[in-house]
Amino acid sequence: MNFDLNDEQKMLGEQASALLADMTPFDRLRSLIDSDAQWDEPLWRKLAEMGFLGVTIPEEHGGLGLGALDLGVIMEALGGANAAVPFMSSIVLAAEAIRLAGSDAQQAKWLPRLASGETVATFAYAEGPGPVFATDCRYTDGKLNGSKSPVADAQIADIAVVLVEGGSFALVELDQEGITRTRLDSFDQLRPHFRIDFKDAAAEPMPGIGKLDRLIDLAAVQTAFEAVGAAQACLYMARDYANERQIFGRPLSGYQAIKHKLADVAVATELARSNAYYGGWASESSPDDLSGAAAAARLSGIKCFEMAARENLQIHGGIGYTFEANCHFYYRRERMLAVHLGNRGFWADRLLNARPGSQVQGA
Amino acid sequence: MDFNDSPQEAAFRNEARTWLAEHAPAHEIVPGSKMTDVEESDRGRAWMRELFLGGWSGLTFPKALGGRGLSGSEAVIFSEEEGKYNLPKGPFTAIGTGMALPVIAKHGTEDQRAQFIEATLKGDITWCQLFSEPAAGSDLAALRTKAVRADDGSGDWIVNGQKVWSSWAHLTDWGILVVRTDPTVPKHKGLTFFVVDMKTPGIETRPIRQISGASEFNETFLTDVRIPDSCRIGAEGEGWACCMTVLMGERLGSGSPRSGIEPILDLAAQTPDGHGGTMVDDRSIRQQLAEALAEEQAERFFQARLRTMVSKGENPGALAGMVKLAYASRYQKTTGLALELRGLSGIAAEAGDTQTTDTQYHYIYSTVMRIAGGADEVLRNQIAERVLGMPGEVRMDKDIPFEQLK
Repeated sequence: MNFDLNDEQKMLGEQASALLADMTPFDRLRSLIDSDAQWDEPLWRKLAEMGFLGVTIPEEHGGLGLGALDLGVIMEALGGANAAVPFMSSIVLAAEAIRLAGSDAQQAKWLPRLASGETVATFAYAEGPGPVFATDCRYTDGKLNGSKSPVADAQIADIAVVLVEGGSFALVELDQEGITRTRLDSFDQLRPHFRIDFKDAAAEPMPGIGKLDRLIDLAAVQTAFEAVGAAQACLYMARDYANERQIFGRPLSGYQAIKHKLADVAVATELARSNAYYGGWASESSPDDLSGAAAAARLSGIKCFEMAARENLQIHGGIGYTFEANCHFYYRRERMLAVHLGNRGFWADRLLNARPGSQVQGA
Repeated sequence: MDFNDSPQEAAFRNEARTWLAEHAPAHEIVPGSKMTDVEESDRGRAWMRELFLGGWSGLTFPKALGGRGLSGSEAVIFSEEEGKYNLPKGPFTAIGTGMALPVIAKHGTEDQRAQFIEATLKGDITWCQLFSEPAAGSDLAALRTKAVRADDGSGDWIVNGQKVWSSWAHLTDWGILVVRTDPTVPKHKGLTFFVVDMKTPGIETRPIRQISGASEFNETFLTDVRIPDSCRIGAEGEGWACCMTVLMGERLGSGSPRSGIEPILDLAAQTPDGHGGTMVDDRSIRQQLAEALAEEQAERFFQARLRTMVSKGENPGALAGMVKLAYASRYQKTTGLALELRGLSGIAAEAGDTQTTDTQYHYIYSTVMRIAGGADEVLRNQIAERVLGMPGEVRMDKDIPFEQLK
C-alpha cells in the first residue's frame, strides 16, 4: 500500500496551481464578470500550451495519455482558483464521452482538437427542472430534435455530446442552422449555462451504448477533486482573514467559535480528499469499485465545499457580502457543482446501490 | 498510488494469516458467552502469551527491546487479520503495549526495561492508566494527586489523591501514574511519572456505575501509598513529557474506525417502512445512511494516507486526531439514527432482538468516544492550532506556580 500521489503528480498539481495563481487572480475574475465574458480564453490557450488539456487523452490522439489522478490534481488546482474555463465540459465530460462511446473516426477527428484546445466541446444532458439525466431529445436518421437545458459553456463550444432518447449519445456541431443557443441567467457567473434548441440539426450517432454510468462516475471523481481544491482555498482564505482581522483586542482567529468551525471544515476537506484519491485510483485500477468510490467522493466533495464556501463568507462578516471580497465566487460555484451531474439524493442512491448485493440501477 | 498490498506486504499478510489460522481459533470468544472480568482478563493474558511465543507481540517495538522492529503498515496488516477473529483483547492489554511500554522504552532505565517489557509482551503483567482526576480531564496538567518524599530517608515516595476512569484498575497488575511532586512551579513543570504495583497498600479501586449499566471504569483512591524511587520513570519534573509519549500512543491507537454503517443498513432492511418496502427505501434515511457511508469510507482512506505518511517517516501530528474526531460523531449520529429507523421498537426491543439492543449500547457508548482520548473540543483546538496555524487558547494559569492557582 502506498496511498499518496506520486512525485510527478504532485509536481503537476503545483505547476497548475502556480500557473493559475499567476494568470487568474481574483481581480481577473471580477473583470470577466464585469465584461460579461463567456470564459477566460487566454487562460484556456495557456492551459492548452502547457499540455494540461490533453492530460488523459491518449498519446495517439495528441494527448499525454495519463490517468485520473493526474487529471485530478489539475481539477483540484482549477477548483482552487475558481477558474473560468470549460475544462469540466470539454475535457472531463465531452472528450471522455468520445473516448468511451465515439467511433474510431470520431475519436481521431475530435480528440486531437480537444487536446490542443482549438475545439471546445460540451456535454448536454439536462432538459429543464427535475432529474438531470433526461432523454426526450431525439436522434433519428442524422437529425437531432428537442431541447437541452441548461448546458454549460454552450456558446463557446464548437461541438456537443448530447444525451438522447434511449440513453445513447449523439455528436453535433453547434454552429449550424437548426440550432439556437440562448444564454440563461446563470447563478455561477463564471460558468454560463445555455438552453440549446435542436430543430432537425445535423448530428452523428455515437456507437458506444450504455456508457453514461461510467462517464458520470469518472466525472464525479473529478468533481470531487475540483470541490476539494475549492474548499481548501476557502479554508485558507477564511483562516488568513481571521488571523488578520482584530476584534475585541485580539485576532478573530483566536476565538474557538472560529477555530472549531474551521477545524471542522479542515476535517471534512481531508476526508473528501481521501475519497477523491480512492476514486482516482479506482478510476484506473479497480473498475468494479468505481461506482461506489465515485459516489462517495462526490458526496463528501460537495459536503466539504458547501461547508467551506458558506463558513468562509460568514467569517468575513459584512465584507463577505461585497463584490470586492472574494467569497462569492466560491459561494456561487459550489451550488453549480452541487447540482451538476445530479444532486445529493441522486448520488446517495448510487452509493447505496453500489454496495455488493444491492440492486444496481443506472442513471 | 496503490491501495493494494505491495509484494512484501502481501507476503507478511500471508504469514500472519497462516499463523492466525493455526493459533487464533482456540482463543476466540464464543459470541453471546458470558464471562466474568477475571475470566476475560485471563483469556486476554493467554492470547498475549500466544502472540509472544509466536513472535507476534510488540510488532513496531525496536528489536533491541524485544519487539520485532516492523513498520506501522505491517502492524496495521496484522491487526486487520487479527481483527477477523473474536479475540480477548481489551484495555488491560492495550494500555500495556500501547502506553506503558512506549513510555518505559523512551524514558525508563535499563532495569525498568528489563523488569517490564518482556513480562508485558507475554501477558504476565497487565496495566491500567492512572491519569485523569475529578478536576483534571482535558486539562490533565491540573492534576492534584501529590507525591512527597518519605521522611525516613529511604527515597520512597508517599502518594495521596484520587484518579478516575482507570479502566480495569481492579484487575490489572501495574498502573502508570502521574502525580504532582512540586506545587511551587507552574503546573506542567511540577509533575513526575511512576509505575505502581496495584497491590501496594493504600490503593483502593471502586467501580464507577456508568450510564451503560457496565462498570469497566474505576475510580482509584491513593492513601499514603508508598512507591519506591526505582519506580519513577524519567526525572523528577519530567512527568509531562512522559504523558505526551503515552498520549501519542493513545491518539494513534484510537483512530482506527470500527465497523459502522453495514449493520445499520441491515437493521434498516429488516424494518418495514409502512409502504410495502423497508426503511432502506425511505428517502430521508437513505440520504443520511449514504452520507454516513461516504464518511466511513473516507475515514478508511484517510487512515491509509496516514499510514503511508508514517511509512515514509513523516509525522502526521494533529492530522491523526481528525479521524477520531470524525469517527466519534459519526458513530453517535448513525447509532442514534438506527434506533430511530426502528420505530418505537428502537427504544424497547422485542425479546431476542439483539441487534437493536446492541445498537442501544453503542449509542450510549458513543458518548465515551467523543470524550476519551482527546475530547472533540480539544481535538478541534489542536487541528486549528497545529494544522491551520491559528492562535493558541488564552491560558490564565500560564507561568503561575500551581499552588497559587485558584
